[in-house]
This record gives sequence, C-alpha cells and structure tokens, in this order.
Amino acid sequence: MRDQLADALKAGAGADYVEIRLQRSESTHLSYRGREIEQVGRTTGLGGAVRALVKGGWGFVSFNDLADLRASVELAVHQARLVGREETRFAPAEPVVDIVRPALGKDPRQISLADKKRLLDEYNEVIWRTSDKIQTSIIRYHDLSRRTYFANSEGSYIEQEMVDMSLVVVAVARDGSDVQQAFLSRGSAGDFSALENLHSEVEDAARRAVRLLSAKPVKGGTYTVIIDPRLAGVFIHEAFGHLSEADHVYENERLRELMQLGRRFGPPELNVFDGAAVPGLRGSYRYDDEGVPAHKTYLIREGVLVGRLHSRETAGKMGEAPTGNARAINYQFPPLVRMTNTAIENGTVPFEDMLADIQLGIYAKDAYGGETTMEMFTFSAAQAFMIRNGQIAEEVRGVNLTGNVFETLANIEAIGNDFRWNHSGGGCGKGGQSPLPVDEGSPHIRVRNVVVGGE
Amino acid sequence: MSLTLQEFEERVLELARRRAEQAEVFSVETVETPVAFEANRLKQLRTHRSRGVALRVIAGGRIGLASTTLLENPEDLVRDALAAAQFGAQAGFELPSTIEASPPAVFDPAVEALSVDEMVEIGQRMIDRARAENAALLCEAHLDKVVSTVRLHNSRGAAGSYCGTSFSLSFGVNLIRGTDMLDVWEWQTSRRLDIPSDAMVETVLHKVRLAERTAKVPTAQLPVILSPKGAGSTLIESLASGFNGKIVLQGASPVGDKLGKKAFSEKLTLYDDGLLDYAAGSAPFDDEGVPTRRTALVTEGVVTAFIYDLFTAYLAGTQSTGNAERSLSSLPSPSLHTVWMAPGDASLEDMLADIQEGLLVDQVMGAWAGNILAGEFSGNVHLGYRIEKGQIVGRVKDTMIAGNVFQALGNIAAIGRELYPVGGGLRLPYIYLPALGVASKDV
Repeated sequence: MRDQLADALKAGAGADYVEIRLQRSESTHLSYRGREIEQVGRTTGLGGAVRALVKGGWGFVSFNDLADLRASVELAVHQARLVGREETRFAPAEPVVDIVRPALGKDPRQISLADKKRLLDEYNEVIWRTSDKIQTSIIRYHDLSRRTYFANSEGSYIEQEMVDMSLVVVAVARDGSDVQQAFLSRGSAGDFSALENLHSEVEDAARRAVRLLSAKPVKGGTYTVIIDPRLAGVFIHEAFGHLSEADHVYENERLRELMQLGRRFGPPELNVFDGAAVPGLRGSYRYDDEGVPAHKTYLIREGVLVGRLHSRETAGKMGEAPTGNARAINYQFPPLVRMTNTAIENGTVPFEDMLADIQLGIYAKDAYGGETTMEMFTFSAAQAFMIRNGQIAEEVRGVNLTGNVFETLANIEAIGNDFRWNHSGGGCGKGGQSPLPVDEGSPHIRVRNVVVGGE
Repeated sequence: MSLTLQEFEERVLELARRRAEQAEVFSVETVETPVAFEANRLKQLRTHRSRGVALRVIAGGRIGLASTTLLENPEDLVRDALAAAQFGAQAGFELPSTIEASPPAVFDPAVEALSVDEMVEIGQRMIDRARAENAALLCEAHLDKVVSTVRLHNSRGAAGSYCGTSFSLSFGVNLIRGTDMLDVWEWQTSRRLDIPSDAMVETVLHKVRLAERTAKVPTAQLPVILSPKGAGSTLIESLASGFNGKIVLQGASPVGDKLGKKAFSEKLTLYDDGLLDYAAGSAPFDDEGVPTRRTALVTEGVVTAFIYDLFTAYLAGTQSTGNAERSLSSLPSPSLHTVWMAPGDASLEDMLADIQEGLLVDQVMGAWAGNILAGEFSGNVHLGYRIEKGQIVGRVKDTMIAGNVFQALGNIAAIGRELYPVGGGLRLPYIYLPALGVASKDV
C-alpha cells in the first residue's frame, strides 16, 4: 500500500502539499422500535480522498474507485491551482512513519450478531417491565471499525485503526396525549464491555420517562443553575470548545482580537483542556487526519485564554504550533479543526456546598445536546429539578439553557470536586460532518444568571 | 477484479433471489462539486465521486440489509444480508412487481452543464455586492452541484432508475462590533438552476440593516411572528415525527389517534408533496419503487393522513404513501418529501401592525435538543427582532422562546399569503402566533 500511495503522490509534483487517505471499514447496526427489532444490517466500505494545497488554495477529491488514484491526485492539484492566489502558510510537521493498532478491550467484531441482539433484548425487556405507562422503546446500536492509510508529499506514511461503538436506549412513556421520553447514551472506543451491564441505568431511564409525565414545564427566566458533570461537559464543548477551534478565528480579524491569548474569560478556578492524547476515550487517537501527533492542549488556565485547537493551516496562519486537531469524519470529507476530548478540570467545592445558599435555582442534569454560534450557545438538560431554599425540590421538564461566552464563563461561581468523563454515544457536528466521536468531562459546576427557556 | 456497478448489481440480485424469498438492490451513483468561499474569498474546490449498493433480502420471513462501496465480491454482500436476516424484523409484505413513475421533473440539463467557473462567478458576485454595501462584513458562500443516478430493481421484476440534479446555494455574513456578533445566513436547494442569488444577498443585507440596533423583550408570554425560516427550525421536526407512520404505529405521536379529527387551528392546511417539479424532495418513485404523491396531512385543522413506507404500512394495515427514504446503509423509513403550508391571507405588514409588543423570530438555535416526540421546543433566538407598536425596533439577544408545537398550532392568529422556500424541503409562510413563552436576561 505504501508504494502504491507514494507512486500516486508523484502525480502531484509541483503542489505545495498533497495528502492521500484511503479507508477500509466495516460496521454493524441493530435497532429496535417497540418490542420488535427494526433493522439489522452490515456495511462494508472502501474509499479514499486526495487533498492538495497550492498557493493557499485547496483542492479535494474523494472517490470509491481506487483505479482512479493518480487521476484523482491530478484533479485535486488542478483544483487547488484554480483557487490559489496567495502564498501557502502551512505549519511544519515532522514526517511520521508508523503503524498504529488500537488498544482494544472486547472487540465488537468478535461478538456475534446473536450476542449483540441478546444484550439489546435484555435492555428492551428492562424498559417494558418497568411500568405500564411505558408506551414504546427505541434502541440503536452501531459499531464501526476502520483502517486508515495516510500518506503525504512530505514522506509521512501512517496506518491507523479505530473501533468505535455507540448505544442509545430511549424509553417513551405516555399518559393521554402527553408523551415523555428519557434515554441512556453510551459510547466506547474499542471496548464492547462498556455497553454491557447497563441494566440498572436502562431501568433508571425508563423510570425517568414515567416520572416526567408528572413534571411541570419549567417557567422561563433567569436562574442560578447547578449543572451536573454530564451536562457541564456539553456546556464547555458548546460554550468554549467550538470558539477554540482556530478555523473559526484565523481569518476573522475582529474575532482574533477578541480571542487574544491572555484574555480573561472565567474565574481563577477555571481550567479547560482538549486532547486526543488523553487515552481510552472516544475522541482519542495517535495521529490526526493530517498525520500530526495528538496533543493535550490547555484552552483556559486559571480563567485565562492560553491556547486553541489547530490544523496545520490555522497554526501556520496564526504563527502557532499545530495541536493535532485536524479531523475528518471519513474519506468523503476534508479534515476540519475539531475537538477530541474536552473537559473542565476538577475543582474543590462539594456538591452540598453549591446547593446550600440557593434560594431559587435549577439543578440541570444529563444532556440532550447543544449548539453554538460562537457568541451565544445553548445546552439542553434531559433531567432537571427546581432548587428551593437550598434543597432539591420538584422535577421540571423542557429545560434548555442559553449563555453568552463573554459573560457566562465569568459567571461560574463554583467548580465541584467530582470530575468524570461522559462516555456518551452520538457525537459532534460541524460543516456537515456528524456525528464525530468526541468525549466531554467536568465536575458539577454552579453558574449564576443563566437564561432558561420556558412558557 | 472490480466489476462495473451495473454488473455487480445484476450479479447480486441473481445470487440473492436464489437464496431469499424476495430481494431488492438499490444503488446510488453521485458526482458532487462543491465550491467554497470563506472569509470573502474562494477557498476550496472539491469533487466527490461516490457509488454504493444496498441489498435488502427477505429470507425465512425476515428482513436483512447489507451495503457496500466495494465492488469486488457479490457473494460477500449476499452473505452479509442473509446473516442479518436471521435476526431481522418479520416481514409480511411484498415488494412491488412494477415501478410506475410519477411525473415530477427532477433533472435540469442546465445544472449538469454548470461549470466550476460559473459557480465561482456567482459566489464572487454575491460577495462583491455584500461588501460594496458594508465592507466590514465577512462573507461565506457555498455552492454545490450534484448529479446522481438512483437505480432500483427487485426479484419480483420491478426495475427503475432516474437521474437527478441538484444545486444548493448558501450565503452568510458575520459582523462583529465589540463583543457583539451578528450572523445572518440564507440557503436553498433546488433540482433546477432557479435560486435567485442576487435576491438572496439582498435578503441577507436587509436583515443585517434591521439588526443595526439592539432591543430587549421581557420574560413573558408574547405575540410571536415566526418567519418561514424560524418556523422551519421550531415546528417542522416535531410535525415530521408526529405524522410519521412509524411513530404513529408506536403510539408515540400526539396526533396518532386524531385521524379525521380536528387537532389544529382551522387556518392550518399542510401537505407533503413528492410531485413538485424540480423540488429537492421530489422523485418519480420513492426508495423502494412506490410512485410518489401529494398527501394532505392536515386539512383545515383536521388530521387527514400519515406517511408510510411498505413495511410500516404492512404493520399498520394500510398502504404505502410513497414516502420511503433510505441511505445505502439503512432500511427504507417513512420520510417527508416537500412540506408546504396552504397560504393564508395576511401580509407581514398586517401581522406587525397587529402587535403592540412582540417578537419576530428568524433564526433559532438549539430547539432540536428536547422532547421532539411531544412537540416541546425551546431555543435561543439567534436572529430575532423586537416589535413595538407595529414596528421592528431592534435585534434581541440572550433570549429564548419555548412552547409546544401541537398546542401552538391550535391557536394561530394569521398565516402569511406568500410561501418561501426554506432549505431544500420546506415551503412556508410567515406564521403569527398570539402567545409564546419568551425568556430573556434580567437587568
């Protein structure tokens, strides 16, 4: 393979930079709707892409037919030439030759369809026996294993394998015309056993769905909010992670001014990092899709902006070092600057102390998801309770929170001492590439003046 | 040795029909050429050539699926599908034995002939126009041309194919003043070269001008006008779920038991339409060979139909509505073609004139993250304007709107008299709701 790619790269002579990625993949999916199985399927794939850079302009060609490899290199270079009008500023990276095998736990490829189905059957049964208010269930399991062959015009050649799994179990409860749902979402990089023995968590989701039938919609307004580690992970991903992706910043002069290293965003207790070099998580890898080794990058230290996430292009244009964050969801897309495993570091405040002096607030837990447009962002709780007089009170539903990056991080009043990673299924979306495996982590945090939507 | 796509498909069907009661081969071949402008200038040209094959079998009474982009060994694909079928859903339906094509036009030679140079020219003209008005704007334009061939044939003798074109255009601007960021964008997809690029720029510039000043709204129940785009990102996902035959069958749709009954304001009439010429959601037949059609989902407030594919229709004891949609790696599932709302009689000016204090909502963020099944939505008003005494007075920020789709559409003050395309699959008017939950920052 190495020779074949090296030979094809010769067709790109004259370009400032050329890379080829080939990928061979296999995946299995099983899904349930209600008591019955809905889908069982298997997908195998082979495809590749060439990306070329000439005078600051990019060309990109993806294909399924490998017979076209040389022609694809020529086309990508031709396209890049049509675009390129300036000088290429592409941060240097040491050429790497390596073959990476993932550290696998229980390999999903070694587990039969029958065994996978048996596990999902058990989870489904747990949901259905929880309550007669259970109306239906939805279960989705998906695993993907993929080998990537990467070569570039600077002499890098990397073979890298990844195995990723995602499980979402949804319980739906109904009372008259009211339909409520609660879910469990788990993912793993390479270890099927992370998806096993979740029966009590599944039962908990089913009970929550039933409980939501008697929860009232939250009243909209501005609240002090305690955010559990799972939702706080999504919070930091949306609130700051995306703004740290240098491709949003590098060609926007005004945003560059706002995102000067050294600017204070939060309290001195706040430390935030992202890194694929943190091992064993869904966003972990050895090399990114430009062949740059994974890093762990601090974004905020002691409340101050100290770093950002880079591809070789954004690093080159900003005069900073690449951080190994160039990722493409598959060969059909060029790499973008993406997060990997993003987290708020542990603090010191016990949960009880956060709660104690809140007269009226919200305890927001577990995440539906979130979205950002850089300045403003949302993060949506899957469970929530009112806080009254320092005590957790009645359950409420429909809690979606919004923040503003220039205020909300500064409004963090306390950072807990109970850090954990999310290990969720699903993933992150950007530029049409979704869901990209990522992880988030945080302890409990407390934030004042958060706007919560409601009727 | 690689086979051509057609040879591979024929071989797969031949092998599969011997070992399964029914078999169906579905393939898509696509050439896509996106052109991207970022930060006011041409950034990237791309070419994607993709092709893949999916095999659905019904073997031992059960459904199995396998797909691949590797055209080496037809045996492997058949083996994978049969293996999946051992655990698949029980099927009691028959695949169609013929394919009768519906009439909508889906191919425009002008899109196929569109050159990269012409696409670059369109994008550059849009950026030049926007920057001529306001040099502080940072513009992004994405143009995307797709030519694809869909082929379907099954063991019962049905065979059909069509070639479709599509052209997408999106244009967005970013403007930063202090720590205030404004993003305004528009996008459309059509199977024909009919998206007015100049008008799209003018729309964006108009919205930037309206956002010049900022304003506040209180935390209260307020009258709200949803723009077509605002309606698209708050209402449609829950409606798509509520009218999906699969969700109805599971008893998880709030309107599932309301067929023939009034569930919405009599001002609401809603169609799903697979027959509109050159609409992105139109096709001569759906992804399992059933002809597409127009389906009235809501007629003057009364629930009149749900949408089905063959399998869901079999389970529900009804007929497919020609709404099967699939990717290569998933089984067909009911999905909407183009949703359009029957226009009302109000102009935007009429709606504004009726409001003392309220909100015009255009872009909403994060409203998808909630209990879509029940119709509950809550989202940040990413682009919206305070209405005061019938006038738009400024842009609101740090503001949320929340409500329940099924309840909100039970009480509609007015529906606009003009429909606007939203993205590729929606044609919607302005919708005026007398009261929706608004929450904003104190101080």
